[in-house]
Amino acid sequence: MGVIIGLEIHTQLSTASKLFCGCSTDYRNDGPNTHVCPVCMGLPGSLPRINRKAVEYALKVAKALHCEVCEEAEFARKNYFYPDLPKGFQITMYDRPLGVNGYIEIEGDDEEKQIRITRVHLEEDPGRLVHMGGGDRPRYSLVDYNRSGIPLLEIVTEPDLRSPQEARRLLNILRATLEYLRVFDGDREGSLRVDANISMEGYSRVEIKNISSYKGVEKALTFEITRQKSLIRRNQTIDRETRHFMEARGITTSSRSKEMEQDYRYFPEPDLRPLRVRDWVEYIPLPELPSARKDRFMIQYGISLNHARTLTGDLRLADLYEKVARVDPVLTATWIADTLLGELYYRDIGIGDVPISQFIELLELLKKGSITGKGGVDVLRILLDEVAGKKPVEYPSAIVERLNLGKTAGNEFLHLAKEVIANNPTAIEDYRKGKKGALNFLVGQLMKKTKGRADPRELGAILEALIAGKETEV
Amino acid sequence: MGFPDPYNAFITQCEPEKKGEGRLSGYTIAIKDNISTRGIPTTCGSRILEGYIPPYNAFAVDRVLAEGAIIVGKTNMDEFGMGNTTENSAYGPTLNPVDTSRVPGGSSGGSGAAVAAGMVRLALGTDTGGSIRCPAAFCGIVGLKPTYGRVSRYGLIAYANSLEQIGPMARSVEDVALLLNVISAYDSRDSTAVPKPYDHAPDPNIQGVRIGLPEEFFGEGVDHRVAATVYRAVERLEEQGAETVPCSMPSMQYALSAYYTTCMSEASSNLGRYDGVRYGLADDFRKHWHQAFQEVRQKGFGKEVRRRVMLGTFALSSGYYGKYYLKAQTARENVRADFARLFTMVDLIAGPTMPTVAFRLGEKSDPLSSYLADILTVPANLAGVPAISVPCENVHGLPTGLQLIGRYYDEERVIDAAYAYEQTTKKGG
Amino acid sequence: MITRLDVQHIAELADIGIASEELDEFTHQFNEILDYFDLLDQVPEQECQRIPECNIWREDEIIPALSQEEITRNAPGTEGGFIRAPRVM
Repeated sequence: MGVIIGLEIHTQLSTASKLFCGCSTDYRNDGPNTHVCPVCMGLPGSLPRINRKAVEYALKVAKALHCEVCEEAEFARKNYFYPDLPKGFQITMYDRPLGVNGYIEIEGDDEEKQIRITRVHLEEDPGRLVHMGGGDRPRYSLVDYNRSGIPLLEIVTEPDLRSPQEARRLLNILRATLEYLRVFDGDREGSLRVDANISMEGYSRVEIKNISSYKGVEKALTFEITRQKSLIRRNQTIDRETRHFMEARGITTSSRSKEMEQDYRYFPEPDLRPLRVRDWVEYIPLPELPSARKDRFMIQYGISLNHARTLTGDLRLADLYEKVARVDPVLTATWIADTLLGELYYRDIGIGDVPISQFIELLELLKKGSITGKGGVDVLRILLDEVAGKKPVEYPSAIVERLNLGKTAGNEFLHLAKEVIANNPTAIEDYRKGKKGALNFLVGQLMKKTKGRADPRELGAILEALIAGKETEV
Repeated sequence: MGFPDPYNAFITQCEPEKKGEGRLSGYTIAIKDNISTRGIPTTCGSRILEGYIPPYNAFAVDRVLAEGAIIVGKTNMDEFGMGNTTENSAYGPTLNPVDTSRVPGGSSGGSGAAVAAGMVRLALGTDTGGSIRCPAAFCGIVGLKPTYGRVSRYGLIAYANSLEQIGPMARSVEDVALLLNVISAYDSRDSTAVPKPYDHAPDPNIQGVRIGLPEEFFGEGVDHRVAATVYRAVERLEEQGAETVPCSMPSMQYALSAYYTTCMSEASSNLGRYDGVRYGLADDFRKHWHQAFQEVRQKGFGKEVRRRVMLGTFALSSGYYGKYYLKAQTARENVRADFARLFTMVDLIAGPTMPTVAFRLGEKSDPLSSYLADILTVPANLAGVPAISVPCENVHGLPTGLQLIGRYYDEERVIDAAYAYEQTTKKGG
Repeated sequence: MITRLDVQHIAELADIGIASEELDEFTHQFNEILDYFDLLDQVPEQECQRIPECNIWREDEIIPALSQEEITRNAPGTEGGFIRAPRVM
């Protein structure tokens, strides 16, 4: 059964001040209501003023997503009531958005595909509510308006996605694009929120609101597909409705409460003038975007598509790679994509915290063959443990020396190899009968004795030579 | 206990402050209570703003203080500016100093009465559909609605953003011109403000000025005695060298509908913020928010405000937006087009400010009949052009106003003509 | 023609309570006023003039906020710097 998914993505733009006033957007470490002025508090008599940078950022995104920029964009009021909404309306864009008819390329389930972008527009974030009184029935709410007025970019896609995985991939590439454009700080809590429309082909559409992470999107959609399919299987109807995603429980619940049907009574914001910025767009330069960088990485560094895709999927990762690639592009790509990322994730360390010069030295040791792959992983883990523990970070050469991890030439292990041969006559027998697997067993035994300091291929060669009685060749 | 206030012109009286230096040094001024004043309660004539003390000054207030004026108090008004009698105030009606059985007009009735009674030299009013000019006419003083964009609205508590302006009220044209001078400096905090500070001293020479007299301003619904008075005033202007041109403004027939639809729509949105959470009348926080908001807005808003907010909500609601709000904008375009056409032929348009003299208290209890009295003032707001009301002869002892409407940013000519007329009334005794 | 039910719906949308004894009065007045507004049906089409002013904006500069004390001073209820509001659940 075909699945049809469209997303509405809200991202906070990383301007210094809010969308319509001069309050700082950097509020996350401060107390409630400390970044608030008459405008974002909705005090009577206050008037909004458009932040030019926010418009520029929105245009950058519109351009990167191949949108047509509208001749005239206009802010409108979306009227509704809620305790976190200071003015009784949200300033947003309605029938005159900034950009329309764009697209974004993603790696689809079958092939590369274009997901159409319906529109891109600017709007303000409301405040934040805290529910007091605990349990299922809070007695009252507390409001913090620090978030009120933070610029949000809303990006709406056409229902072109066919699976939760595609939705996840779209978000990944979109996030990377926003980071490359330097209009977005993904590390900020609540910086990305998604509403998803999902339907089974031929059935009613359900809107899922309140998804605040990428993983959440995939989870919510997967849950919803299962729910809708099972309803269909049991010949029950799927209601056209809005559901809320409960992140903690991984389920969606119907929000079919007493809340009456919405009628937002949009009309043009009379306190602001229209934006005519189409001509400005061509003067806004775009940086190299993820897909272009991916292509360049493959050509310039000769790395694989998979590695290039992984490395360019995150701006800081790609930047890190380019800082250290000179040691050896392929070796470096392998180490970052296949080892470093996992180790960082395991320790919850950001890419920005990787100690660059130590990492370069590690790659150099690996390239020279001074340590083995296994030794390299050990050194890396020690480095990152030191980072995570906020301790001084040692240089790999020092760690290698301290722990005696240096790769020792195989012949220094000759006597150990002889011991292994002497202790495993059955395996020698098997090997001589042509069981190649027996050699692997012997190498494993020898690795244990050398504590991983030697190259396994080299050890294999020593053992083969010894068994063949060609000790002199060793 | 402050000064005596026999007409209930003030909602709040201020501690007298030392006069400052500047062009308004020592001048007493009254501020309409929908203009924010730091540290001084600002109620908009509404219970819903009970206890609200703005943490900042409106731009116009900063300007008059910077020029040395002394703020005497905050004046009474129809709640949020919604009315033309000053009876729709949570603080009781203001009386007309000329005849205390009559209303002073509205919504800036407190400012009008305070100036007319000589309690202050100057006053700031606001004009959304005639709210400066109507009390000026009814109280026998001068009041000007500037061109939309001339004076920053920063700190003016919004009723209908696209229509309203802060403007000067005084007993003489010279004082009105001076106060306009002071408040018309550019302020970038109002995105609809235009940097065109007014800087002109009134000049009574109006030789060759062409004045249009639209038939609609003297026709049906206009008290013939008022019309006759205004015609005589226009003759005085002719004697000063002005030429008069009969003309017509067909868009007047739906101007009032366009005006009310627009101001109600905008008001329904502007007044959404009064929910008892951040300021003003308190909610019971233990209730569900929807119920709490409904209750506080029922309790805090007067009937006329609730009527307009509900009608505006309706005019914007899905299914009716096209029939009401959008149509009103088209009508507004027609009014603009009418003015544009007329102003290719004439320099000013003249007519009565109000179709009648001041109403008796309680006379306009029916909403629609009250709305109809705004017919001559709303066109200038719909188009955004400047308009002044200057007192002409009394009718049965009650003041009437001559209204002069000018081109965009042509306050100069509006004020000069008003000044020229004012001079003739002084000479005539 | 606006009915009592319509008026109740509008009041709900506007989040304004009305007493049942006011309902008839409001309904009557709304009909009278909306009938008058029907004049708008006769408005001839007129092309909208472009607003000449556009791109009125400010630079992305931080202006010091009001203090927490100043900004919450007018609130009927506060708690630890937050502003109290009715419950939403």
